[in-house]
Amino acid sequence: MQSNTNTASPSAAAAEAQLKYTLQLADDALIIGHRLSEWCGHGPILEQDIALTNTALDHLGRARSLYQYAAELFNKLPSEAKNNFFTSIPMQQLIASGNNIGEDNLASLRDGWDYRNALLLEQPNTDWAYTIARSFFYDAFNYLSFKCLSDSPDAVIAAIAAKSLKEATYHLRWSKEWVIRLGDGTEESHMRMQKAVDDLWMYTGELLAPEKTARQNGVDGSALRQPWLDIITEVFSEANIAMPAGTWMQEGGRDGRHTEHLGYILAELQFMQRAYPGMQW
Amino acid sequence: MTVHSFQEHFDSLIDNDIAIEPKDWMPDDYRKTLIRQISQHAHSEIIGMLPEGNWITRAPSLRRKAVLLAKVQDEAGHGLYLYSAAETLGVSRDELYDQLHTGKAKYSSIFNYPTLTWADMGAIGWLVDGAAIMNQVPLCRTSYGPYARAMVRVCKEESFHQRQGFEIMLTLAKGTEVQKKMAQDAFNRWWWPSLMMFGPPDAESPHTEQSVRWRIKRLTNDELRQKFIDVTVEQAKVLGLDVPDKDLKWNEERGHYDFGAINWEEFKNVVKGNGPCNKQRLDTRRKAWEEGQWVRDAAQAHARKRKEKMAKAA
Amino acid sequence: MEKEINSKNEWPLWEVFIRSKAGLDHKHAGSLHASDAEMAIENARDVYTRRMEGVSIWVVESKNIHASDPGDSSSMYDPAADKIYRHPTFYNLPDEVKYM
Repeated sequence: MQSNTNTASPSAAAAEAQLKYTLQLADDALIIGHRLSEWCGHGPILEQDIALTNTALDHLGRARSLYQYAAELFNKLPSEAKNNFFTSIPMQQLIASGNNIGEDNLASLRDGWDYRNALLLEQPNTDWAYTIARSFFYDAFNYLSFKCLSDSPDAVIAAIAAKSLKEATYHLRWSKEWVIRLGDGTEESHMRMQKAVDDLWMYTGELLAPEKTARQNGVDGSALRQPWLDIITEVFSEANIAMPAGTWMQEGGRDGRHTEHLGYILAELQFMQRAYPGMQW
Repeated sequence: MTVHSFQEHFDSLIDNDIAIEPKDWMPDDYRKTLIRQISQHAHSEIIGMLPEGNWITRAPSLRRKAVLLAKVQDEAGHGLYLYSAAETLGVSRDELYDQLHTGKAKYSSIFNYPTLTWADMGAIGWLVDGAAIMNQVPLCRTSYGPYARAMVRVCKEESFHQRQGFEIMLTLAKGTEVQKKMAQDAFNRWWWPSLMMFGPPDAESPHTEQSVRWRIKRLTNDELRQKFIDVTVEQAKVLGLDVPDKDLKWNEERGHYDFGAINWEEFKNVVKGNGPCNKQRLDTRRKAWEEGQWVRDAAQAHARKRKEKMAKAA
Repeated sequence: MEKEINSKNEWPLWEVFIRSKAGLDHKHAGSLHASDAEMAIENARDVYTRRMEGVSIWVVESKNIHASDPGDSSSMYDPAADKIYRHPTFYNLPDEVKYM
């Protein structure tokens, strides 16, 4: 799948690694943004429908910036590195044609095994509690990791992270308050919140998994684990939510091994570009 | 003051173009008519989120996706502004929702048509929002203060909606054969329902005269419809699309386009509930509201608990 | 029956005031529903400042707003009408005096 051939120079390998990491950040943003956008028009109250859509727009905006940068990084790769980088037929055809790729090609033409988002983010909305739990885990991670990424030696990533940190700070405040509201609210809301947290817990480990490229950008997953846990623990205690007992963590998203849900997301997300290939919209 | 002098005072405010504010005395009919009109408008915004929301997850590019999402979100905002304006007349949003969910309240019949292709996002922005703007701009100077202020906000935000719709149409019209076909197909399906948005012909419109006097309506249905047709036909030429009306013809004498007969039988049926999506739209709204009940209750319960805790601590 | 739906389970209504830029007064922007003050501020941010309309937000629960009665307007505001000396244009100054 990858072109880590003997001929690749160390700097070419580094460029590929940075591209993959950029795609990972972008895929996280797109997939959560897509999931949150599914709520638009179906929220529990008008005010929160609007609030959630604002957040979805933040994620989508970040996804776009990151895909644009990823496309730039990709287009600079030597052609032998390009040819085998992505697996889907339309992507390979596009690359073989010698054209540069753009943000929408990355979103619309890659299949699941080239998507690198965390499994957590593709989990379905299910109900308000699941949606809140999923966002809360991710927002806390973003808040911490964007702080680190703001100092990334990669100036583009650093700039995107600095802007995103402001957004993530607000997202975290919002999702945190909702965890508390639901956890502390009624018997039903407490039960639903606890269930959502328990069910999604096994997908949180992947966010903090130590990765070499992440570390080179300033994000040390193992160093962030404790601060992340501190945020979670503090909020759970205020929300009367019990810390999940499970310790098994489900991973695979970073390597393109996903849950069944991603395929359906992509089927919708990519429908137009697949049914009417190569057109401007 | 006697009721008579209240009425005189109210009439003089109306006649002098002075805004009526929530605490001013107003005739019951005025209040009722306003609540009906504002809430119908609010419901239309909320139901109107659904046909476009249908394409958010399938938008053909990330840019289009973000724009569409922002647009549908704006509609939620517009619904909110309008419900707020209605609330100043002494009705709660929950009551208004109840009227919508039980089928007692009406909303714009156009949203009972399906969105079948991406081009429908263009057609809705261009035609439906175009028609809505024509209806709404005069309402920025309507007699009831909170309604007028809500409409100013709505109209300010609405202007990007029509532009983004036209831009989608233009991109399709300049695109491949299949894209042109998609644009024409959407135009064919949305043209007539858009004309119906202005309501029945003046001769059959029961509320028009009184509403014009109260400035909760400033132009009649037929006047607005004609204005819309005259403007839109020219825009269709820019797009190179054919207006799906074989009787459409410029009338030199009137200085307007003559147009073919509108199928009012269809209109009446869609209003009555027989449109292709009436049931689906209402079911979706009801489901969202019912499934949100435990969330709203939880937030209330938490707020109450916290207040009690703080009172104890003090 | 409608009264029963009314208000019982509804989140309270809040009035929103927004300062559009530093140096200006907060101005009434509209209203919204929220279960508590924090949420009201956040909702106000999401609803009324989507286009960068604000730098500061106040929210007040609508039931806590006390309004004057328009029926009293003659006693409330008319007395100010003959106190034109409160307005700067009441005073004649020679044209040579600038910037006052």
